[in-house]
Amino acid sequence: MARRQSTRRTLLLTLLGWTLGILLFFPIFWTLVASLKTESDAYTLPQNFLTTPWTLENFGIVQERSDYVRYVVNTGLIVILSTALALVLAVPAAWSLAFAPVDKPTSRLNGWTWLAIMLSAAGACFIVLYVNDWKVSNFFIGLALLLLVVIPATIWVWTRNTPGTLLWMLSTKMMPPAGALIPIYLIFNRNGLVFRDWGVFDLREFNLMDSLWGMVPLMTMLNLPIFIWMLFTYFKEIPLAILEAARMDGALFWNELTRVLMPMALPGIASTCLLNLILTWNEAFWSLNLTNKYAAPLSFFISEYSSPEGQFWAKLSAASVMAITPILIIGWFSQKQLVRGLTFGAVK
Amino acid sequence: MGSITLDHVNKSFGVHQVIPDASLEVADGEFVVFVGPSGCGKSTLLRLIAGLEDVTSGVIRLNGEDVTEKGPAHRGLAMVFQSYALYPHMSVRDNIAFPLKMAKLDKAAIDGKVAEAARILNLNDYLDRKPRALSGGQRQRVAIGRAIVREPKAFLFDEPLSNLDAALRVNMRLEITELHQQLKTTMVYVTHDQVEAMTMADRIVVLNAGNIEQFGTPMELYRNPANRFVAGFIGSPKMNFVDGAEAQKHGAFAIGVRPEHISVSTTEGLWKAKVTVAEHLGSDTFLHVAVDGLGTMTVRAEGEKLLNHGDPIWLTPDPARIYRFDKDGRAVAAH
Amino acid sequence: MATKQAQTIAKWALIPSVATLAAWAFIPLALTFYFAFLRYNLQDPDNTGWAGLSNFYYFFKDPFFLKDLINTLMLVVGVIVTTVVGGTFLALLLDQPFWGRGIVRLMVISPFFIMPTVSSLVWKNLIMHPVFGLFAEIQRVFGFAPLDWFGRLPLFSVGVIVSWQWLPYASLILLTALQSLDEEQKDAASMDGANPLNYFRFIVLPHLARPITVVILIETIFILNVFAEIKVTSVGGFAGNLTYLVFSQLNDANDVGMAAAGGLVAVVLANFVSAFLVRLVGRNLEN
Repeated sequence: MARRQSTRRTLLLTLLGWTLGILLFFPIFWTLVASLKTESDAYTLPQNFLTTPWTLENFGIVQERSDYVRYVVNTGLIVILSTALALVLAVPAAWSLAFAPVDKPTSRLNGWTWLAIMLSAAGACFIVLYVNDWKVSNFFIGLALLLLVVIPATIWVWTRNTPGTLLWMLSTKMMPPAGALIPIYLIFNRNGLVFRDWGVFDLREFNLMDSLWGMVPLMTMLNLPIFIWMLFTYFKEIPLAILEAARMDGALFWNELTRVLMPMALPGIASTCLLNLILTWNEAFWSLNLTNKYAAPLSFFISEYSSPEGQFWAKLSAASVMAITPILIIGWFSQKQLVRGLTFGAVK
Repeated sequence: MGSITLDHVNKSFGVHQVIPDASLEVADGEFVVFVGPSGCGKSTLLRLIAGLEDVTSGVIRLNGEDVTEKGPAHRGLAMVFQSYALYPHMSVRDNIAFPLKMAKLDKAAIDGKVAEAARILNLNDYLDRKPRALSGGQRQRVAIGRAIVREPKAFLFDEPLSNLDAALRVNMRLEITELHQQLKTTMVYVTHDQVEAMTMADRIVVLNAGNIEQFGTPMELYRNPANRFVAGFIGSPKMNFVDGAEAQKHGAFAIGVRPEHISVSTTEGLWKAKVTVAEHLGSDTFLHVAVDGLGTMTVRAEGEKLLNHGDPIWLTPDPARIYRFDKDGRAVAAH
Repeated sequence: MATKQAQTIAKWALIPSVATLAAWAFIPLALTFYFAFLRYNLQDPDNTGWAGLSNFYYFFKDPFFLKDLINTLMLVVGVIVTTVVGGTFLALLLDQPFWGRGIVRLMVISPFFIMPTVSSLVWKNLIMHPVFGLFAEIQRVFGFAPLDWFGRLPLFSVGVIVSWQWLPYASLILLTALQSLDEEQKDAASMDGANPLNYFRFIVLPHLARPITVVILIETIFILNVFAEIKVTSVGGFAGNLTYLVFSQLNDANDVGMAAAGGLVAVVLANFVSAFLVRLVGRNLEN
């Protein structure tokens, strides 16, 4: 600061700052307090804040009654596995966008042509289905129709230029989950109809609902855009000359990536993983809809307290304290990463 | 085993043609310098040889073998970058060992070669340090060590001395030249500094806007510049140019004469002039003068001559050292 | 520009991610589209067939639809206004030096890291509960009868929770942007005789225009789709939003067709809102 400010001003600001800070933090503090009181005492806060005894019993009770550890393990596995998978997909993608960018779309067909292609593909599907009374009776027909939509779309994306690809990835994050809930739910639920008698195989044999096999890929896909964007911004800060030196030294792609780029970009990769950890740990929409018992993470577990029997505040508080503390502490240390990741690099 | 041939190489970035049509041959063991002003395409030409850029058309041959389609990792060349491009997360030892690891040599061989390179370049005290703990000159030596250790067909240097201070630059210039004499490997060296070019090169390629203006030994370029650009680029201070009536007296569109080929007298001479600025360097004195009717010139005089601002003097160019240029800038009937 | 070789590798390096995201972006949407025109109720799973526009018709006719649509928009607007205004204020405050500023900053950003299920239940039970909650106690101290927040003002209560969660985000982003404001500009402004209000209006605010735009865009994306706070506090019937309505069609009514139609409506709404936003603040967007 260029000038020293008056003590009076500092005093006022201190008062204001601390008041607001405490007000904002208070619910968290209050939860901590409630977790350290007996169940019945929890209902008599705040007037008995200091007089009632403090106890750690709730933490034990929560673990006993509902096997809290299992939810932690689930959350941990979902977070770690989805982050690892995202890393495997995102590092080469970010490398590609940062170090071999394309300035112009590489397809000779322009935007309107593609739109016409995709609309006609969609139209063809529509007609075929309509004629069939909107039933997909056969695995192959279903697959063919799907591919008819997905393949032109994928080729369209693949031939975009770099800014176009990045923007498109950003836009996939903007899709409301409500738009995907139905099919995802039905697929996960082994629900027939579309996925029933496919002759070749019965989808009902694959259990994705309430399982890590379903949650991990889903979380990966949800976070991939942010992952790639963040890595992209970090990779752009690495001088190309060093990678070129590696190429001159005889390093091919794999070595360039693992022995030169990744060690140099390690802080950036760690930051991205950290942000991903926070976002996945706190994820609620899909966790609430697609898990129940076996793969349920902590966010689901806490939601069970929304309609319990009897008194539950102290236990809820204890479970909450255990669920939020790691992320809270991590969050305190990852403010910079948060800013970079959740503004897609627009604010540094 | 390190001859380099460029055959009608053409490089364009989109519609912008950086190198129109370059053909040249570097013999095995030669020290060739690419020199020219900023943006003339010298670094681009180097990167084309290295394989870090694709040619738009044309052929590049190493030892007669066509390497145009090969990636940089497969050309067997080594490059020293302007920023040294050392791997910041590796020690000096690992930096130098990296290309050998890529070539899948066994540990004993790697250790041997690293030790040898460290000996040649005086790096033994720094082997376990990281690049950020080294000075500019030390980093440069590590970069060179990393290049030597591969025993490449040729070395490529991209303005390696630009980031060093003046004194260090002189030292490193000598070291690189000595290295060349020791290893006898082909070296292609890019710089914008014509002093480096003149002192280090066996032959010099002078580039201007992507065109090769002349390719010859330093003395050839000095004595017989092919055109006005080369004449003005080589030699410090720059050659003085005169066009108009005075030039036509000598039968040319423009004439040029170097500062060191003009004699100075306080009494008589061909051209009358007035001193505007006198630079006394001790060994030489460079006089910037305003010549009546001909404009400004630079003249070299003996160090002891004490002439100052405003003094009148007479200049006489050595008639045997006057260069003549036609209206396209080409040299005419060299002396 | 990278060599052809590098570009070829780059294309292949990009494929896995692009394919995954393309699958995620296009397949569910295509399927939702399919289901929206299908007559399909999970309670009567064999009775299926072309439904024409009936799913949409009944979805729009649902008594909850209009209410939930308005709720969705009110929630988004309300939270954004609260967080941007509050965030600007907090950012300005935290930009000034005072004792313990670092700790206050940590306190201010904490709510963002609390998972939505926890914050919803803590606010509903420990704080806003009409009998035993903290607010109830405070109201009693001041002589008022405690208000049943979630009973009487469900949407407002949900808004309070969501604002509490996103205020730190806005504050953090705007604070980061403020700190990139050149110190010299402040000195130049004071030498030019600018008082604090003018300084704020003519120098700070324009500098914050872009970050505020980003904050609004990101918050819109997330708050349009608020779900946990509504479901977990069981106010879906009174203060549901569009996302919740789609969920309840699937979960409670088991009507896949209607839910899918609702899902498409949600997608269209999201596109409208984003397009509107982009047009409104287009110049400020980096993209």
